[in-house]
Amino acid sequence: MCAGILRLSKPISDAAPSMLRLTNIVAHYGPVAALHGIDIEVGQGEIVCLLGGNASGKTTTMKTIVGLIKPTSGTVAFEGEIISRLPTRTIIGRGIALVPEARRIFGRMTVWENLMLGAHVRRGEPQDAIVQDLESVYSLFPRLRERINQYAGTMSGGEQQMLAMGRALMARPRLLLMDEPSMGLSPAYVDQVFDIIQEINRLGTTILLVEQNAAVALSIARRGYVLQNGLIVAADTAAALLKADDVRRAYLGEE
Amino acid sequence: MLDIISILPQQLVFGLALGAVYGLIALGYTMVYGVLTMINFAHGEVFMIGAYIGWAVLTFLIGQQVGALHPVWVLPMLLIPAMLLCGGLGVIIERVAYRPLYARGASRLGPLITAVGASIVLQNATMLTQGARMKVYATHLLFPSSWRFSLFGVSISALTIVILLVSTLLMLGLSVLIQRTSLGRSIRAVAEDRETASLMGIDVGRTISLTFFLGSALGGAAGVLIGLYYTQIDFMMGYSAGLKAFTAAVLGGIGNIRGAMLGGLLLGIIESGASTLINPAFKDVVAFAALILALVFKPEGLFGERDADKEKI
Repeated sequence: MCAGILRLSKPISDAAPSMLRLTNIVAHYGPVAALHGIDIEVGQGEIVCLLGGNASGKTTTMKTIVGLIKPTSGTVAFEGEIISRLPTRTIIGRGIALVPEARRIFGRMTVWENLMLGAHVRRGEPQDAIVQDLESVYSLFPRLRERINQYAGTMSGGEQQMLAMGRALMARPRLLLMDEPSMGLSPAYVDQVFDIIQEINRLGTTILLVEQNAAVALSIARRGYVLQNGLIVAADTAAALLKADDVRRAYLGEE
Repeated sequence: MLDIISILPQQLVFGLALGAVYGLIALGYTMVYGVLTMINFAHGEVFMIGAYIGWAVLTFLIGQQVGALHPVWVLPMLLIPAMLLCGGLGVIIERVAYRPLYARGASRLGPLITAVGASIVLQNATMLTQGARMKVYATHLLFPSSWRFSLFGVSISALTIVILLVSTLLMLGLSVLIQRTSLGRSIRAVAEDRETASLMGIDVGRTISLTFFLGSALGGAAGVLIGLYYTQIDFMMGYSAGLKAFTAAVLGGIGNIRGAMLGGLLLGIIESGASTLINPAFKDVVAFAALILALVFKPEGLFGERDADKEKI
């Protein structure tokens, strides 16, 4: 590993107040250590991306934040409170939503039912508020409105990705985690999905994004982290990462 | 021959009523399979305990000499306690016998063995507390045998109609709950993808408990209905009824709610048809032969999907 990529000491969070902070997280996937002590910080209103190759620990990081994997050591703090020992449903209830890898929509349910499951944490709220949010999801993804009664499993990959995003938005999260939203999508859909991610961010949702497609991810993110074998090997502003030679070589497919 | 043709419609109605009860019990097997991919072999015993609860309430009412027993108020007084207590029993069975195993990631074989264990415990507990001798439902006080309806020239007992009606209403109620309410949506979400369900903020453990409650409550209601119909109950009755209902669930496609209902009805009709056309002694042979044929030619069940592991609820 060339030395130039290691810029760990550099302070990276400037103005934005911290929303999510991972401190020295160690996590195991079964007996195998997948994260070896990582620190990540996401400020309010930011888009932050997490880059890295296969098995670098990106998905493990996402699952650790939402409590699907309990960290062996280290803490996850959300809005100043430690959440790393809470069950997943409680963490989701605090205002974090995850668009999981491979979308994981409920294929045997309709589009509408999927969206209503997304709003599960808000049961008890007046129906009007939920109907209003359904409308705003439909206006972000007009395709979902056309398919409202269709079984989600019968839709195309791109439509399923939109449904997964819409479903997460129905929880009205303050922090939205997205694991590989561009995976398996045609280039036209990728552009559309990233436009919408920016739109969601403009509307006030903080976003932590895991992406293989580093060029597109860095083009919309403010800052980025590069994970390798469960360690953070680079952390900087998106612009700096885009310029860094080693990042370009390793993740942007340039010689 | 003329005899058989004249009693066939009567047997058909009887078969439907019996089948609807099988369907009620089968729902318990299929819903649990849906959320946990395991067969709850203690479910037949929950049904048996439902029959005992109904018997206890009926016997108590008769002892109080409250006057004429009319099914309009007595039937709910038998069904509601049986459903609530059996529902609670189902929740306890899951907490004690299954959750400690699957929560620690044990193989699917583990809960299967504890299910058989729970079934033996419940049978013996009933035998020790209630005795090994059969109990008798005083059905004649509730439904005098003179209460019969004539439908298209066919005479059918009021009790048969009531059993068919109550079972159908309970099955419809469950369908609406599963398909149309947010509780049902949570159950289906947990059945389809437990991890993603928790990402929706659903309390997966509570949803599994709720599934056991609903399935066991229907089993308890079925116990009361069968007790009223056959009038004799004993601590072993859960075994054969459970086996039949399990057959109905597999026939319809295990994990599939509509399949369990239709599988139950089909099995009831097949059984009563076999009793009428061949010989009552052959009804079990024909019922299980139908299961074997279904497993050979359509192993996923009549309404199931190909992949039994993925097909849930």
